[in-house]
Parts: sequence; C-alpha cells; structure tokens
Amino acid sequence: MHVPAGRKLWLVSWTLVLLICITVAIGIAVLYSAGNGKWEPWAGRQLIRFGVCLAVALSIAVTDIRFWLRQAYWIYFLAFALVAGVEVAGSIGMGAQRWINLGFFQLQPSELMKFALVLALARYFHGRTAEDVARPLNLIVPALMILAPAGLVMKQPDLGTAVMLGLIGAAIFFAAGVRLWQFAVVIGGGLAAAPFAWHFLRPYQKQRILTFLDPESDPLGSGYHIIQSKIALGSGGIFGKGFLQGTQSHLNFLPEKQTDFIFTMFAEEFGLIGGLALLGLFTLIIAYCMAISLRIQSQFGRLLAFGVAATFFFYLFINTAMVMGILPVVGVPLPLVSHGGTAMLAVMIGFGLVMSANIHRDTRIGRQGSYDD
Amino acid sequence: MYRDNTRSKVFTRRALLFGGGKLALLTLLAGRLYQLQVLESDQYVLQAEENRVSVRLLPPPRGRIFDRKGEELAVNRENYRVLLVPEQTKDVEGTLDAIAQLLSNGDAMDRKRILRDVRRQRSFTPVLVRENLPWDDVARLEEHAPDLPGVVIDVGQSRDYLYGPELAHVIGYVAQVSEAEQGDDPLLALPGFRVGKAGIEKVYDEALRGRAGSSQVEVNAVGRVIRELKRTEGQPGADTTTTIDLELQKLAMDRVSKHTAAAAVTLDIETGDVLAMASWPAFEPSLFNQGLTGDQWRSLIRDPLTPLNNRAINGAYAPGSTFKVAVAMAALEDRIDPEMRVFCRGVVQLGDARFHCWKKHGHGSMALLEAIEQSCDVYFYEIARRVGIDKIAAMANKLGLGLITGIDIPGEKPALIPTRKWKKEATGVAWQPGESLVAGIGQGFVLATPLQLAVMTARLSSGRAVVPKLVRKPIPPSRSAEPREPLFSDIGINVGHQKIVLEGMRRVSNSPRGTAYRARITEKGMEMAGKSGTSQVRRISASERDASGGVRKREVPWKEMEHALFIAFAPVERPRYAAAVVVEHGGGGSAVAAPIVRDLLLEAQKIEQRRASDKIARLDARAS
Repeated sequence: MHVPAGRKLWLVSWTLVLLICITVAIGIAVLYSAGNGKWEPWAGRQLIRFGVCLAVALSIAVTDIRFWLRQAYWIYFLAFALVAGVEVAGSIGMGAQRWINLGFFQLQPSELMKFALVLALARYFHGRTAEDVARPLNLIVPALMILAPAGLVMKQPDLGTAVMLGLIGAAIFFAAGVRLWQFAVVIGGGLAAAPFAWHFLRPYQKQRILTFLDPESDPLGSGYHIIQSKIALGSGGIFGKGFLQGTQSHLNFLPEKQTDFIFTMFAEEFGLIGGLALLGLFTLIIAYCMAISLRIQSQFGRLLAFGVAATFFFYLFINTAMVMGILPVVGVPLPLVSHGGTAMLAVMIGFGLVMSANIHRDTRIGRQGSYDD
Repeated sequence: MYRDNTRSKVFTRRALLFGGGKLALLTLLAGRLYQLQVLESDQYVLQAEENRVSVRLLPPPRGRIFDRKGEELAVNRENYRVLLVPEQTKDVEGTLDAIAQLLSNGDAMDRKRILRDVRRQRSFTPVLVRENLPWDDVARLEEHAPDLPGVVIDVGQSRDYLYGPELAHVIGYVAQVSEAEQGDDPLLALPGFRVGKAGIEKVYDEALRGRAGSSQVEVNAVGRVIRELKRTEGQPGADTTTTIDLELQKLAMDRVSKHTAAAAVTLDIETGDVLAMASWPAFEPSLFNQGLTGDQWRSLIRDPLTPLNNRAINGAYAPGSTFKVAVAMAALEDRIDPEMRVFCRGVVQLGDARFHCWKKHGHGSMALLEAIEQSCDVYFYEIARRVGIDKIAAMANKLGLGLITGIDIPGEKPALIPTRKWKKEATGVAWQPGESLVAGIGQGFVLATPLQLAVMTARLSSGRAVVPKLVRKPIPPSRSAEPREPLFSDIGINVGHQKIVLEGMRRVSNSPRGTAYRARITEKGMEMAGKSGTSQVRRISASERDASGGVRKREVPWKEMEHALFIAFAPVERPRYAAAVVVEHGGGGSAVAAPIVRDLLLEAQKIEQRRASDKIARLDARAS
C-alpha cells in the first residue's frame, strides 16, 4: 500500500486546490485595491505567502494520514505551548501581543490552535467506540482539550478565537455522535452561566457586545466600524462601485479594510453579485470538504475533514456576519482572503489535512494509528 | 468493523444535518446581503455620499474702494501666512521654535494663542502661526520647508489701506467678525474672515463683501481633502467709488494735522459729494485688520484726544459767529429790515445780565451787512432778541443744523439747536430771554458738527437742500448743453434775503474790514465768501471729552483756548464748493481756521480747472 509521494500528488483533489486558488486570487485583487492600486503593501506579500502555504498544504496532503494521527497530540501540545507562551510573554510586560515574531513573519499561535484542536479531537474520537462516546465520563478529556486553550485565549483577551474553539469542539462532538441531551445540558448550563461570564469580560468586550446590539448609540466610537461597514456594503448596491472605486474603503471610512473588513471592501466594489459569488465560492469549498468527509473510511479522517470544513465555515460565518452587522465585532479574519500570514497558513494546513485524508480515504487505521491494523 | 459502521452512520447523518445547518446560515448571510445592498441600498448610498463629500466655502475678494478719480484707496493684498498642521508635526513646540528662528520678528509670535488653537482643533486642521509675512521670511521658510514637516505657507487676502490714517475715518476698517455679527451669511463663520466695522467699510459691507463660492471636495475619514469634485464660483465684492478727492483729502489732512485736534469738510454744493473729510488725530486702520493687542486698543480708547472719533461728523462744537449767517437769514425771513441800525457800545444789558461784544469798545452803528462783515455780537444779540429762538432754530434746521445730515457713514451726531420746548423738556426750566441772545452768536446751547456747518454753507449758498454723500450712484453725463436739473429741492428761502447774507459773507473775506480779509483768495474768479467763528470754551465741546477730567483742564492752557471755526463757499459768483473747518482750542477763527478753508476751496477749484484743461487736451489730441 505504500505509494511514493510523487505519485500521490496525482491523487490530490485538484478541484479543491483550484477553488482555493480562485478564492485567494480574489483576495489578492481586493488587497491590490486596498493598497490603492498597488502591490505594496499587501497584495504582493499575500501572493508570496500563498505560494509558501500551498507548498506546505501539498506536503501535508501527500504525507500518510496515520503519521498525522500519531502526531496529533504532540501538535496539539505544541500549539497549546505556543498560545501559553504568548500569554506568559504578554503578562510579563510585552503588552497584549498575540503573536510570536519569527523575524520574517509574525506567528499567531491562536490561529494554529484551531486546527490543532481539530486534529486532537479527531484522534481522541477515533479511539473511542460509539458506546464509549455515549458515556459522559469519556467526554471529560475532550472537553478539557477545548476549554484549556479557549480559557487561555479568553484571557488574552481574544473573544473571537475562544468562541471559535468552543464552536469547533461542539461541531466535532456532534459529528462524533455525542448524545443530543448532553448538548442540551451544556447549552442550558452555558446560558445559566452567561451572567457570570459577562462579569469576567473586559470592558471593551462588553462595549463591543453592547454596540453590536445598538450600533447607533455610539456612532463615532465603537459603533463606527459597524455603521461604516454597513454603509459601504449598502452603497455598493447590486453591481458595486467598480474595482478600485470603493469610496468608503479608499477614503478610509472603512476600518481594517485589508483584514477583518475585507469582505465589505469586496462587496462595496463588486456589489451584491460579487458578494454572492464569493459566498458561493466558499460554499463550494465547504461542500467539497464535506463530500470528502463522507467518503472517508476512517473515523479520524472523517472527523478531520469535517472539523476543517466546520472551522472554515465558522471563520467565514463569523467574519461575514460581523461585517454585515449580524454578529458583534470580534476580530475574526475572512479565511484565504484577509491579509495575514498565520490565518492563511493555518487554513492551508487544514486543507492539507483534508487532502491527506482524501488521498488516504481507504487506508484502514488502528485505534492507535498503527500502519497495519 | 460493525462498530465503525455505527460510527459511520451516525457521522453521515449528523454531517448532513450539520451541512444543512451551514446552508441555512449561508442563506441567511445571502439574505442579509440582499437586504443591505438592494432593499436598503438607497439610504446607504446617501450616507456614503455624505461621508465623502464636504462643502467648503470660497471667500470672495472684497470690493476695492476708489476715490472719485479712480485712485485706489483700499485694495486687497496677497497675505502670506504660515500655518502649522499639528498632525504632521512630531513636536509642535520644537517646530514653532524653528519657525521663530526663521522669521525676522520671531519673538513676537503669540505662542499661547497658537497652542490653544492646536489643542482645540482637530489635528489635521491647519493652525495660523503668523500672517502678513514679508517676502524675505516667506523665501526663508520655503527654503527650510523640507526640514519642517507640517509647516504650510499659504496666500490669503488682506485688506490694505493705501493711505492709512489719511482716510481712516472715512473708509473705516475691517476686522474679525464678532459674536454679535454672526448672521445668515455662512462667510461670517469662516475663521479669519473680516467684515467692515466702521466708515464706508461698514455701511457698504454687504456690497463690498460679495457672495461666497463653494467647492465640493471629497474628504477621507479624517476630513483631509482628497480632490475637488465641483466648484461654484462666488461673486466678488463690488468695487465702490467714493466721492472723496484724494488730492484734496491729502491737503485737508495735511492742514488739520498741523493742529492738536481739528476737522475739515469740503463739499460739492451741486451734488453733495464730500470731496474731503478730515479729522485729526487719526489712527492706522490696518491695525484693526491685523488684530489689535490689548495695549494698542487701550491706548486708542484712553487717548484724551479720541483718535477713533470722526470729529467731522460727531464733534459737536459751539459754532460761534459762524452761526450768525443762520440768525441773519432767520431775521430777514422774519421781515427785519437789513438797513435797520443797532448801535454797538461793546456791551448790552438785559435785566441783570451784561452781554459783551468781542470788540471791547464796540463797533458803533451797525446795519446787517456790516454786522456780518465785522461779526458784531451786539447787533446779533439785538436781532436774536427780536426774532426769538424758535424762528432761529427753524431756520437753522432748514439749513441742516441740529439734525442728522444723512451722511452715509455711521456715528453721526445731530448736535443741538435749542428751542423753548426743548429746554423745558430737557431741563424743566423755561427758556430765558438772555439765552436767545447767547444763541444769536452761536454760543450757549447751540452745537454743530463740522459737517453740518459745511452743509449749512452749501444750503445757504445754493438755496437747495444739499445732502452730503460719500458714495453715490454715478450721475450720467448730460449730452445736451442745457444745465442739469438740480439734484436737490429748494429749501424755500427768499432769494433777495439769501443775496444779502451771501454779500455779507463775501465782505468777510474780501472787504478790507472783513474779519477774514487776510485769508482771502486772491485768484480772480475763485474768490470765496465765508464767516469766521471763535467760540468760547467753558466745557469741552465733544461730550466724551468731559470724561478726561476737569483737573487737567486747568493745568493745560490749550484746553481753555477758544475753538477756531470758519465756513466758506467759492467761487462767490457761482457757488460750487463749500467748506467748514473747526480747530479745537485753536484760537481765532479768522486767523487759524480761515487759511485752511481758503486752501481747500482754492485747491478744489484748481483741481477742477486742471481736470478741465486735461480733458480739452485729450479731446484735442483725439481730434488731431
């Protein structure tokens, strides 16, 4: 069953790669516009970065899926250590940094953490039978796997990542077959705990939630982002203002146009048609990953592909819902499109894992990931 | 394997369920996008436009002011200013130090005001550091500009008064808009905008100001201008031509400035044009434009000689003997025989009071003409007693005294011509017969401004209700040879009576016994006819001068000297110009004021002559 890596490249799902490339190309075009029609400072770098990330994804894809299963916990601990490291560094006086400076690139461990969690949970449930999953005691370890990093990033404070980690964990629990009444208990408990959680939120986080509920209350302060984003989207209309013609973004009324609000900029310049096309593209990518997950024989591979698709979806939904004023501004980038190295790397690692699971979809994997079970 | 089968089935079911959930949420997003970009789009398009477009006012250039021959009196000059954009500067204080070193008078920078403006305004709004920079400073700043981020040199417009104090009282000045002046015109809210505060600048402010243009500009989120979208040009302020004759004005200022305080007015009798209006001491009008310092303002306000006051229109002086022409006119109209004789012994008794003639030993027997010529007080005591104050006042009013003349600059005083009724109302005491006598020689309650005296002279010599103007609509030149219809209506005085009074005035200046014979015009055909006045001073004439304190009056002999007055018109045969001069505490009217009037009337006629010959020369040149 050993297939050389070179041969495996033929087995890579090139349709998925194509969809990703189109999405990234759109992102680069928007970054080019955000730079006022220049490759500097964003579009050029994003292109190079994508090249590197694509290479990483393909290398992951051709690596045996069992290797990733066996390394899953190590990867999880490494990511967790990095998140903790950032937290410690931040607390000893480097300010509220969320990244590690690697010289050529600033690594944000919290982005990697999301896919590390998917990996670790997939491995955990791979080793548990349906009966095991039915026992609540068996859910304590995976729950801690979710809560530990979520609590850490919450302290940073990074509300967006914490929520994402919770949602990713919940999605995988759901797919792994956890009983629905258990979800009901957790959700009920969560709602009951909400008033206490509110107490622990930082003032600026409370402010964000409050202004989300009533953005007009503070049009020059926290509500400014949401209002300006809605103006940009709405004024784009059906056909948009045209490439490089977005007034809201080019005149800097739109904040963070190259990162969190890039969807707004795109939809201002390309209108409803552009916005729906981009959403459609994302839907295709997600659907493709879901389709892959359904064809995979191993529980690990299935949960991995499912988890990556879910993570990708959460990124997409939280970001776009945020810029459209459906969700509060929590600082989640639009995957593959927003400017930013780690998010791109993390998402491409995720797709690498999905492709690896796809290539090795018929590989049988033992409970501990042995090669010959 | 079967276990995996269960897991697989559960996974498949739940994955599809989850996928369905995702699809629902994505549909929600699409729906929201539709709502924003289609249903509510109009509203957001409007808001985006409001964000982007900002309207800036373009201040129009202020209208220029010319003299009657088209000489520029007030113009706009390029005003080089140095501005500082705080956000482009790392260190505001340091940059100010650097600017101060480059300026020729850098220490005089008002740092407190600049730093206050920096604090108050948004950081991209330029703050004015200094204006009216000399060219050398501009060049030096331009040279160092690359090292001084945030320093901007810009060109504005600044009012320039080419003749400064010489026309300050007539033209007035512009200064920054005060709180109370803020109105509908958006221009007024522009920082640094100037409006007329006095003189012609104030009265004709709206016409001079023009209408603002506007520029629609695209601004970015912090309000910085990206580009201009649309421009609507405003309407420049209308140029205004005054009736002032610059040459004559300069002469008048030159003459009055030889004295401590004086005023002179010259009128065109036919048109009412004010050819010259001088008031001394004067002030530098551009100080107001640049912004007075507190010290400058206090010294102007506290100066006992009140340089800000236009004495020609608001200095109320006892007219003294110049008033006798009005009394004489009133007497003639009251059927007093001009041949009636009064014997002057130098003093006359009325009840307990004694009334003196200026000539201690008396003039002897006087008829009207001689009494005017020699300014006999006793004669006028007698006719004033006979005519009574109310008829004198009616005539004085007819001649323009005691009422606003209607000159088109602000601050004019009506001065005062008393009547019986007025006295009873104002003081509660009945009119005393002796007061009529005093009024008969232009003393007591009687007060007049230099402009009123000039108007009286003009009305008396023309018989028409001359109204003085500093700006008027141009009178179209008459094509036909027929004389133009007079501009002013007849005031209704008997022409015979008028001739007698004018003859008296002619003698004042042309008869060897006349009081002003020595200050006559000797040029043939240009002779003037006048009346001198020397009014006693117990109180200082202008009411505001009372405040300067009584103590100093006794210390300074100048304050106790009499006011010197003279009124005259010329030429005698066909009156065209009228003039009045008051020299405060100047002494004798015929000795001090008459020479000034003579110079003004002579020059006015010579200017007219020069212009006529220039015109002929031009016509000849064209013909050949």
